[in-house]
Amino acid sequence: MTAPLILAEFRDPNTLLAAARRAREAGLRELDAHTPFAVDGLPEALGLRGSRLRLAMLLAGLGAAAFTYALCWYSAVVDYPFNTGGRALHTWQVFLVLSFEAGILAAALAGFIGFFVANGLPRLHDRVFGAPDFERASQDRFFLSVADPAADEARLAALLDGLGPVSVRAVAP
Amino acid sequence: MSGAKEGLLPEGASYGNLVGTVADPLMRRRMGRWYWGGLALALLMSLVLAGSLAWLFIEGIGIFGNNTTIVWGFPIANYVWWVGIGNAGTLISSMLLLTRQPWRAAINRFAEAMTLFAVSIAGIFPIIHLGRPYLSYWLAPYPNTMQLWPQWRSALVWDFAAIVTYLLFSVMFFYIGLIPDLATLRDRAQSRTGRVLYGIFALGWRGSARHWARHDAVYRAMAAMAVPLVVSVHSVVGLDFAAGLMPGWQETIFPPYFVVGALFSGFAMVVVLAALMRWGFGLQSLLTMRHFEAMAKIILAASVIMGISYATEWLMSWYGGERAERSFLHHQLAGSDALLYWSMIAFNVAVPQVLWLPAARRSLPVLIGVSLLINVGMWLERILIIWDTLSHGYLPSMWRPWHTSLWDWTILAGSLGFYALLFLVFARVLPVVSMHDMGKLLHEREDAG
Repeated sequence: MTAPLILAEFRDPNTLLAAARRAREAGLRELDAHTPFAVDGLPEALGLRGSRLRLAMLLAGLGAAAFTYALCWYSAVVDYPFNTGGRALHTWQVFLVLSFEAGILAAALAGFIGFFVANGLPRLHDRVFGAPDFERASQDRFFLSVADPAADEARLAALLDGLGPVSVRAVAP
Repeated sequence: MSGAKEGLLPEGASYGNLVGTVADPLMRRRMGRWYWGGLALALLMSLVLAGSLAWLFIEGIGIFGNNTTIVWGFPIANYVWWVGIGNAGTLISSMLLLTRQPWRAAINRFAEAMTLFAVSIAGIFPIIHLGRPYLSYWLAPYPNTMQLWPQWRSALVWDFAAIVTYLLFSVMFFYIGLIPDLATLRDRAQSRTGRVLYGIFALGWRGSARHWARHDAVYRAMAAMAVPLVVSVHSVVGLDFAAGLMPGWQETIFPPYFVVGALFSGFAMVVVLAALMRWGFGLQSLLTMRHFEAMAKIILAASVIMGISYATEWLMSWYGGERAERSFLHHQLAGSDALLYWSMIAFNVAVPQVLWLPAARRSLPVLIGVSLLINVGMWLERILIIWDTLSHGYLPSMWRPWHTSLWDWTILAGSLGFYALLFLVFARVLPVVSMHDMGKLLHEREDAG
C-alpha cells in the first residue's frame, strides 16, 4: 500500500521553500511540491537528485553525429564513389554540416523523449488531482506534498507552525 | 529593482492576476469584428495558396517567372525570407534565456510560434521549386531499390537537413515550453470541452518539483543548442549561394551576413506581431514599451551590421578586380533594377537609423512603420541576390531580364495569408504569453525587492 499523501498549501513560493526545508530537516521523506512555475532552489530544498537527462542528450547527439559522418563517408567513398569535377571523395567539410544537424536533432529528440519517460508522462490521473484547490497549483498556489508513512496531518501542521499554510490536508487515495 | 519600476510587470502584479491577464482573453473574451474579418481574409489567402500550388503541381514550374537564365526566382527568395523570419524567434527565446534577460518572459512564446509557422512555410518552397516535387523525398538517405545515395555535396541536401532539423527542433522546444501553460488552461477552463482538450495536450502535467527540475534541465539544454542550430541553419542557406560559382554569390561573408539578416527581419516581424497582439488581446500591461525599446535597439544594431555587410560586398567586388564582379557591381548599383536595390538600402540601412532617437524607439507607430519597411527591404534583398546575380553572370550571352508571373505573386501573398491564418488560430487557442515564465519573473523580482 502506498503511503498516504498529505498536501500543505501556500500562497507564495518563499513560504513553500521554508516549509520544504523544515520538512526535510525534520527527516520526512518522499517530499515533493506542486508549483505553477519552476521555483529556484526548490529541488535543493526538497533534496531531489539532479537530473541525468542532459548526459543522455549529449550521448545521443554525439552518437548521431558520428553515425551520420560514418554514413556520409561510407556512401561517398566506399559504396558509391562519384567524381564531381575532380573533387575529393572524402569531403569532410560538407559531412560535418550534416553531422552537426543530425547531432542536434538527436540530442533534442533524446531530451524530449527522456523528459516524458523520466516524468512518467503522459499520465491519465494522479491522486493529487483529487485534492481540493489543486487546480490552483498551476496558477497561484504552491503545494508541499509529503508521502511519508511516518507523517500525518497533525504532525505536518505542527511542523509548519508559523508559516501560515492555507490548509494541510490528507488526500483521499 | 522591482519589475513594475522597470516597466516589465504590471503595477501590483500577483501570480493570480498574471495568469488571468493572459488566460482570460482565451477563455471569456469574444473576438471582435477585426479578428473575424482578419481570419476570413487569411482563410481566403490560404485558399489562394492552395489553389496556386494545385495549379503548380498540375502545370509544372513553367508557371513561375523563371527562365533558363534566372533559374531561381520567387520560390527561393521566399524560402530565404521565411527562414529568416523564423530564426529570430528561436534566438529571442534561447539567447535571452541563456543571458537571463528579464524582458524575454513576455515575448518568447509568440516568438517561438512565429518561428514554427515561418519555418513550416519556408519548408514548402524548396519542395515546390523542384521540377518534380513528388520526388523530394529522394533527399533523405533511405535504403532504396535504385541503390542510390543522396549527393552530400549538393546544397539542396544541406537545406533539407537544416530545415528538417530546425522544424522538428522548434516543435519540440515550443511544446516543452507550452506544457505547463496547457495545464494552467486545463485547470482554468470553464467548459468541459476546454478542460478535456487542454487536458489531453497537457499530458497530465501536475507541476511536480521533480518534473520542473527536468523541465528546466531539458529546456535550458535545448536553448543552448538552439543558438548554434539557428546560426547553422541560416549559414547553410547562405552557403546555398556562396557555394555557387557566380559573381555576387561566391563570397565568404555570406553565411554571417545571412544570419544577421535573418535576425534583422525576424526582429522586425516580432515587433509587428507584438504590437498587433498587444492591441488585440489587451496585453499592454505585459508587453510594455520597455520590450519594444529593447527590440528597437537590436534592430538598430542589426541594421548597422547590414550596412557594413553591403559596403564590404561593394569593396570586395571592386578590390578583387575581377571583370565579372565589377560588372556585376555596376549592374547592381546602376542597372535595370537599381531602383529596387536602392529601395532595399533605404529600407534596411537608412530608415532604421531613426531608431538612434530615444523618442522614435518609444513610439509604436514609428517602430511598426520601420519594421514593415525592413521586412519589405529584406525581401527585396533576397530576391535581388537571385535576380541580379543570375541575370548578370560570367557569360554576357546568357544575360536576360527577369519577369514575374501572376503565380509568383499569388504564392507569395498566399503564404503570407496562410501565416496570418496560423497565427490568428494560435492566438485564439493558446496563451500568447508564457504564464509560467511570467510567474517566475515575478518571483525573481519580488525576491530582488
